[in-house]
Amino acid sequence: MTAVPAQERDLHPSPAPLPVGGRESRSPGRWGMIWVVATEASFFAYLLFSYFYLASMARGAWPPDGVPELKLSLPNTVILLLSSGTMWWAESSIRKGRAAALRIGLVVTFVLGCVFLTIQGIEYSHKHFTPQTDAYGSLFYTITGFHGAHVAVGLLMIAVVAVRAFLGHFDRGRHLAVSNVALYWHFVDAVWLAVFTTLYLTPR
Amino acid sequence: MATTLTARLDREWETPHNLFGVLATVDHKTIGKRYLVTAFVFLILGGLEAAAMRAQLSGADKRLLSPEAYNQLFSIHGVTMIFLYASPILSGFANYIWPLLIGSRDMAFPRLNALSFWIFLLSGLFIYSSVLVGQVPDRGWFAYAPLTESQYAPGLNMDFYALGLTFLGLSTTVGAINFIVTFFKLRAPGMSLNRVPIMMWGTLTASVSIVFAMPSLTVACILLWFDRRLGMHFFEASAGGHPMLWQHLFWIFGHPWVYIVVLPAMGIVSDALPVFCRRPLVGYTFVALATIATGILGFGVWVHHMFATGLPSVAMTFFGAASMVITIPSAVAVLAWIATIWYGRIVAKTAFLFMAGFVVLFVIGGVSGVMTAAVPYDWQLTDSYFIVAHLHYVLVGINVFAVMAGFYYWMPKMTGRLLNERLGKWNFWVMFLGFNLGFFPMHIAGLLGMPRRIYTYPSGLGWSTVNLISSIGAYVFAVGVLLFIINALWSIRRGAIAGPNPWDAGTLEWSTPSPPPAYNFAVIPTVRSRHPLWEDRLPPEGGGRSSFSDGLTIPEGRETVETSALDAEPRAVLQMPEDSLWPLILASGLTALFYGLLIVGPVLAGIGLAVTVVAIIGWLWPSERELLQLEEARP
Repeated sequence: MTAVPAQERDLHPSPAPLPVGGRESRSPGRWGMIWVVATEASFFAYLLFSYFYLASMARGAWPPDGVPELKLSLPNTVILLLSSGTMWWAESSIRKGRAAALRIGLVVTFVLGCVFLTIQGIEYSHKHFTPQTDAYGSLFYTITGFHGAHVAVGLLMIAVVAVRAFLGHFDRGRHLAVSNVALYWHFVDAVWLAVFTTLYLTPR
Repeated sequence: MATTLTARLDREWETPHNLFGVLATVDHKTIGKRYLVTAFVFLILGGLEAAAMRAQLSGADKRLLSPEAYNQLFSIHGVTMIFLYASPILSGFANYIWPLLIGSRDMAFPRLNALSFWIFLLSGLFIYSSVLVGQVPDRGWFAYAPLTESQYAPGLNMDFYALGLTFLGLSTTVGAINFIVTFFKLRAPGMSLNRVPIMMWGTLTASVSIVFAMPSLTVACILLWFDRRLGMHFFEASAGGHPMLWQHLFWIFGHPWVYIVVLPAMGIVSDALPVFCRRPLVGYTFVALATIATGILGFGVWVHHMFATGLPSVAMTFFGAASMVITIPSAVAVLAWIATIWYGRIVAKTAFLFMAGFVVLFVIGGVSGVMTAAVPYDWQLTDSYFIVAHLHYVLVGINVFAVMAGFYYWMPKMTGRLLNERLGKWNFWVMFLGFNLGFFPMHIAGLLGMPRRIYTYPSGLGWSTVNLISSIGAYVFAVGVLLFIINALWSIRRGAIAGPNPWDAGTLEWSTPSPPPAYNFAVIPTVRSRHPLWEDRLPPEGGGRSSFSDGLTIPEGRETVETSALDAEPRAVLQMPEDSLWPLILASGLTALFYGLLIVGPVLAGIGLAVTVVAIIGWLWPSERELLQLEEARP
């Protein structure tokens, strides 16, 4: 296995040299992540479809135990949106080659994500219904639970990328892993907005 | 120079011939062949299940099978054929053929490709392990709630179904994403979108449909398992759920799925039929657009599976109309094939016969489909043998016959040897006559009022004769499949040497030796027309001549060329991954996770999840090569 000596290399007999790796923003790895997000988004769309379907078929009050409160969920929404901002800052920093800012941004995003999950846990503990109570309970916990699981996966991804950032794996031209994790994180936040709107705002 | 180049490429791309190589290979050709063999084994298993059912139904009041065994047989038969055969076999062809068809050295994500196969194999074994505990899925392949809820189906039967299909869906999804990215990023320089073979349009459309439709089945199966094992209430009316939610979720997935398992097969015919008519396909652009249109319209017809469930008539009118509209793009493709035959000079090889048979069966299955798109007519026919006849004409006609044509057409490329033509013609006629003898009478059985999924029937209803004919036909069909197996096994060793291009075909895969070397192309071809190998006899398309000797060779490591999405202009050299055990480890972790869920055992599930997470991190961790490059790029 020969190591590649330089970023660009002459390719016999093509006249113009092609860059090795090319632009990350249109690389297969980037395209792959975009399609992962597309299928994941469909997954949540079908979960929300299930919610609206059962809501439209409900005979009694919907939600059966009254509208969920905004006391915790609204600040939590703000925290998650904030984490999208810090993630954006981390990614745009490494694009300009600022490795230290990338590390700070990733750590702050990670902390904000953990805070979101903690508050979600506190909100769960205040609920006086369970997934087994009725179909609404099943929907509420399944939808927020799957979203929470995606946040947890996102946190794991951020943790791995942060470790790599501290090992100095990324620079101005090579940071596809950061960009892909950022895309996933923004997606998880966007899904939360849809979940929040569906579960907390539409019944109002 | 040529020898040193190929020797160098061989060294880079060849998988070692040892146990590590077997488990770690990411070669799309090996993976493609594994897909084909595994899916074919499932076809045989599904066929044996059908044979048992046809024995039971061959006469009135037979007691060969108990009602419970019969329920399990028709359910696992449907699951096997629809999920474990029909789509994977097409993935097998696409995996093997795509990189050769587009002048690339592999798929966009070779390790993902390996993962997709391992998950397919292990999820298939997961579903079939239900046989070992005698708790095979037994509520039909579309598993209507509330019959599947734990109070009515307490065993593990439907847990195997719900978890198995969720598991398999991962394979289908990652495979689809791989096809999509390969389509847009890895086509040889010059293969602009208007030069892409139709089979690629078919598989691309199917893959995009998978990305958006598969999650619906996954959601349905997860909600079902939550209901069954975690005590939730999604499909349980008494607690605010609704059984119709299952039907919507299932068929929102289910109807696009029909097109997912036929569009790539239609693509095989659109590319191979012209070769045996000695002319390009008539109406390339129309067929490509019809393919995409079918995929899109396929998302708007799911309710036609639910006409008898008491939906509002506005909904039924809309979906009935949409179901009729979707016949238009199908008709475009059929007319293009007929015109290609009509204006062509036919070479009636076995592959051609299978494709001609395919067109005939497609028309019959299409017509019975339009009939059931009419709501009042559907009310008469739904859940009768007419539907069984229709769906088999569609799935066997459009999938199996195209797949057989694909084997006769491409197996010489894979093995280097031709299949026997004389046995091939017997193979075709026995299958074609057996199929029609077996399935056409089912239309009549349905019109006579025979419901599907009954394990027996009394005499005196007038169903005995048609059922006996159906059973005889089914066995004749099975003999036809057996002839193919004999032909394939014989030809792999004894068949005539094929050479690079036995059919004098026009597309890129036939420019490589048969079988192709590990790196596919020593020189990445430059494409200037739709039929690069036919440029000496077709009017020029205006872009000059394609080239197979002048082009990129990139021999320094496993590399291929990335091109732009629309015009396929070379953009970059892509470094491709080495062989890797991570895909197998990841798939094994998932297997443990799903068995853990099956037995509701948190320890096993936790171990499986941990292995999965470690495998993903290990997989994505940069290789030594990448770290070295990073080191060198540093100022």
